[in-house]
Amino acid sequence: MAPLTGYRRPYPGTQPNHLHPTYRSSLKRAPAQPLVYLPHTLSEITGPVFGPEPADLKATDLTKQGHGDPLGKRIIVSGRVLDENGRPLRGALVEIWQANSAGRYLHRNDQHNAPLDPNFIGEGHALTDDQGRYRFVTIRPGEYPWGNHYNAWRPAHIHFSVFGPAFVTRLVTQMYFPGDALLPYDPIFNCTADEKARNRLISVFDWETTVPSHALGYKFDIVLAGRDATPMEI
Amino acid sequence: MSLQATTSHTVGPFFSIGLTRLAHAEIAGPGVAGERIVIEGRVLDGDGKPVPDALIELWQANSHGKYAHPEDSQEKPIEPGFKGYGRQPSDDAGKFRFTTIKPGPVPGPDGKPQAPHISVSVFARGLQRRLVTRIYFPDEAANASDFALGRVDPARRGTLIAKKAGGQPGQLEWNVILQGAGETVFFDIGL
Repeated sequence: MAPLTGYRRPYPGTQPNHLHPTYRSSLKRAPAQPLVYLPHTLSEITGPVFGPEPADLKATDLTKQGHGDPLGKRIIVSGRVLDENGRPLRGALVEIWQANSAGRYLHRNDQHNAPLDPNFIGEGHALTDDQGRYRFVTIRPGEYPWGNHYNAWRPAHIHFSVFGPAFVTRLVTQMYFPGDALLPYDPIFNCTADEKARNRLISVFDWETTVPSHALGYKFDIVLAGRDATPMEI
Repeated sequence: MSLQATTSHTVGPFFSIGLTRLAHAEIAGPGVAGERIVIEGRVLDGDGKPVPDALIELWQANSHGKYAHPEDSQEKPIEPGFKGYGRQPSDDAGKFRFTTIKPGPVPGPDGKPQAPHISVSVFARGLQRRLVTRIYFPDEAANASDFALGRVDPARRGTLIAKKAGGQPGQLEWNVILQGAGETVFFDIGL
């Protein structure tokens, strides 16, 4: 086989640690032992390949998954999946899930006393196109309370799961909305030391993708680890 | 252009809404060559309590040691219908179960074969980034010279090696202990 090239490691401070005492669920779940550094091998630079899938409009339009219109503000969330070299990643699988406009998830363990919406499931998925683009039509999710501390509320967010070209580039994250008053108080959002990295999780309001008389547009680009310039580290 | 990779966040407690569609326990369907195995285990937290809301993803080569991926240029057979990817949530008792085939050896960074292994991602509420680990196999002579196992404290290597279970051939037990006594070895591969 030709020599393999690994992927770049994260910039210091741009990724959260596993243990965050302010985020209570991490206390008994974060490993206590240090991670063991592993150079990348064929096992890490390969990863599952998805698609192509049959066209499924409902998969990208979360307002069309029930018998009628879901309640709330219709929005368009779009962006590109890129690598750290700015190269668009084609065929990346993007999966999203979210609460409804009242801040309630369609999940048996969500006990928040807010109404379910019979016309809203809150699941979407897409493969990026040749320019690395994805686009979802959805409803702006509501904020909701959680049990982390007294009077704790999560800022409005959409969960994203992304598969890039390799096992190494797997990413799960959350997208936020500009101007959300809850962001400064959210332990999950604030777990990342680097302020700029944190703020890149906040989508940007965007006129270009806003559709007149229909829906506001928000842009959210996702960057996955880029390729090392030189072959394998060992 | 130099960008920085997007910051990781937890999957939270409600990921099944978005991640159930691709969940499947059977990685190798009928007709795929190789030794059939069943991997069962539990995800436990630092108090030894079951973690009922974890998500496990597996990535593995086929029985010839070839990945279903364009960057695997080895001249080894591809198994049609074998993608090598599995995804399962843990259940209320923290349990998960996969059926698959034992992967063949794949090359390591020094060109020498690695011992057969399956790459694992663990996601859960409380984990702001996934945990990455590997499943190795019992009675495998190649484990002794595997480069990744060689980086692990010998006292902890056993956490990466599945155990024979149930007296049935191919029946394996492999647990994920997130923290504390018997803590599973997790690897730093970047994110």
